[in-house]
Amino acid sequence: MEAIEILFTASLWAAAIRIASPLIFGTLGELICERAGVLNLGIEGIMTAGAFAGWLTVFLGGDLWLGVAVAAIVGALFGLLHGFLVVPLGLSQHVTGIGITLLATSLSYYFYRLIFPSVTSPPKIEPFQPWSIPFVSDIPVIGEALFRQTPLTYLAFAAVLFVAWLLNKTPIGLAIRTVGENPSAAEAQGVDVTLVRMGAVMLGSALMGIGGSFITLSAFNSFFFEMMNGRGWICVALVVFGSWRPGKALAGALLFGAFDAYQLRLQQLAGAYVPYQVFLMLPFILSIIALIIMSRRAAYPRALMVPYRKGER
Amino acid sequence: MRLEPREQRSPASLLLYPVLALLASVIVCAALVMLSGASPLSVFGLMVKGAAGTQFAFLETLTRATPLIFTGLAAATAFRAKLWNIGGEAQLYIGAVMTVMLGTGLLPLPQSILIPVLMLAAMLGGAMVLSIPTFLKTRFGVDEVVTTLLLNFIAILFVSMLLEGVLKDPAGLGWPQSKKVIAEAQLPKLIQGKRLHFGFIIAIAAAVAVWIIDRKSALGYEMRAVGHSPKAASFAGIPVNRVLAKTALLSGGLAGLAGMSEVTGLKGNLTLDLSPGFGYTGIVVAMLALMHPLGVIAAAIFVAAVFVGADAMSRTAGVPSYIAHVMVATSLLTMVTAIMLTRYRVRWR
Repeated sequence: MEAIEILFTASLWAAAIRIASPLIFGTLGELICERAGVLNLGIEGIMTAGAFAGWLTVFLGGDLWLGVAVAAIVGALFGLLHGFLVVPLGLSQHVTGIGITLLATSLSYYFYRLIFPSVTSPPKIEPFQPWSIPFVSDIPVIGEALFRQTPLTYLAFAAVLFVAWLLNKTPIGLAIRTVGENPSAAEAQGVDVTLVRMGAVMLGSALMGIGGSFITLSAFNSFFFEMMNGRGWICVALVVFGSWRPGKALAGALLFGAFDAYQLRLQQLAGAYVPYQVFLMLPFILSIIALIIMSRRAAYPRALMVPYRKGER
Repeated sequence: MRLEPREQRSPASLLLYPVLALLASVIVCAALVMLSGASPLSVFGLMVKGAAGTQFAFLETLTRATPLIFTGLAAATAFRAKLWNIGGEAQLYIGAVMTVMLGTGLLPLPQSILIPVLMLAAMLGGAMVLSIPTFLKTRFGVDEVVTTLLLNFIAILFVSMLLEGVLKDPAGLGWPQSKKVIAEAQLPKLIQGKRLHFGFIIAIAAAVAVWIIDRKSALGYEMRAVGHSPKAASFAGIPVNRVLAKTALLSGGLAGLAGMSEVTGLKGNLTLDLSPGFGYTGIVVAMLALMHPLGVIAAAIFVAAVFVGADAMSRTAGVPSYIAHVMVATSLLTMVTAIMLTRYRVRWR
């Protein structure tokens, strides 16, 4: 009975949205890359680097928003590297992506240890505080869940609208979609395939960086090793789940967040009977199940993972 | 800028480009070392000394290379058939679980029988783990990259659950660790009193076996054909899905052996820190070896040397040992670039 009552508490839904926020950024970022035809498995590392760079900026005295901007820039730089290797050079997107993840993660850890050689407890910063939106935050349950979040969460929702608008209503979006579906046709229409793909990967990676910074600047207040804990890979699954559409990706991330928040509460309720590891496994198992369900009707961008070389068919 | 296919790959470029790739990676790391205020030359000197300067150091490098040969072979085998197995970590851990389930006293067998039994069990465990994403790929079209990655997290939580549950050592003072394997399950040391163990010999034998399968068997031919183009292979009458299933058994089995070898040769029991990312590093090993099974041995020793050398160096020079991870990651990226450059010529215009 108690397990059902939890579903009607505002704190569950507030937590669901909080958990979903970094995933929204990451999923949107991966979505933009893939709509342009580039799989970006650097996401896990790019989110880690964003988390570290954003946190370090604030720790060194920068403003919180400067931290977010630095995370975006660092993300975009790793995107530039990934894009350069897989777009003009046409390297395997799988292997390069894993390489970017290893590189971005290990660089973050290297600089962390370089700057803090022997800290026992991670140094802390003052993270983003919740903004209560006047009036609407007083609505019972919904107001509490939706309108008492930190500014980065509001930014995540704005990013969904922005990406949807960019992809569907602008010439840039049309170019991104065309190079992801049919690069030869794009080329024939005078679109520079390489340029558009590189730009999309950099923009997507910047969003991944911001998603990472949510973890250190909003969800927690310090950086520690392995804190990304597979969130990037879950975003890759959420892109498939969301059929490469920003709105559906948002729904997927929120569903995932709700499920994760719910299992955390069930864990406290049923922890005596079921090992806690089972609950921690659920998000990953859920992602796999979601992939199985959606893959039957998955409409992959047709040129996804296909390198484009001028004049080659 | 555009790429033009080369008519033929010259043997000189096949040798030169990989060397240049490693050099590029060393230069990047030298720049990072300079940021720490240390001198790159002395740091690299300490790394070489720490990895191969003494008999102890070199044996330590070979010990660290042992699991990497297995996971490198696992990655190379799968990647050649374009089965993107990024789940070596999960397969390693489940191989180790099978080893401690059977090797801590359940099977009272003599060493000459028990060790092969444990090897088979570990291979079966790893093979089962990779079979799940492979089945999902061939049956439902689910991308195996994401599923193998997600399974790594599931597997480590599963192991954590076992180590706090049924596999927990009652005499372990509450630590999440399994019982030690019995004496008959332990791999002998290669040199009395040193850490290098028989797992290294098994790893070399596995590399030779994979090489023979690759070159001499029908399966090896089919795997390469599927990797080259699944469509063409299918057109030529090769049962693509069945070949992928067999590839998964072989690749997962090899990664499972890494777990068995670490438990029975080195650690004695299963803990949550059995593998510091051997599964992921295996991918780098495979790429550095240009997917060649015998090359995997050399690449694994090289990568192990980087890690062992960096550990020793960071104790004395104070440069974070994570420089090893950076070096391994950059060599992966420079190496795939180098392989491409042996096939294509860059035209700037």
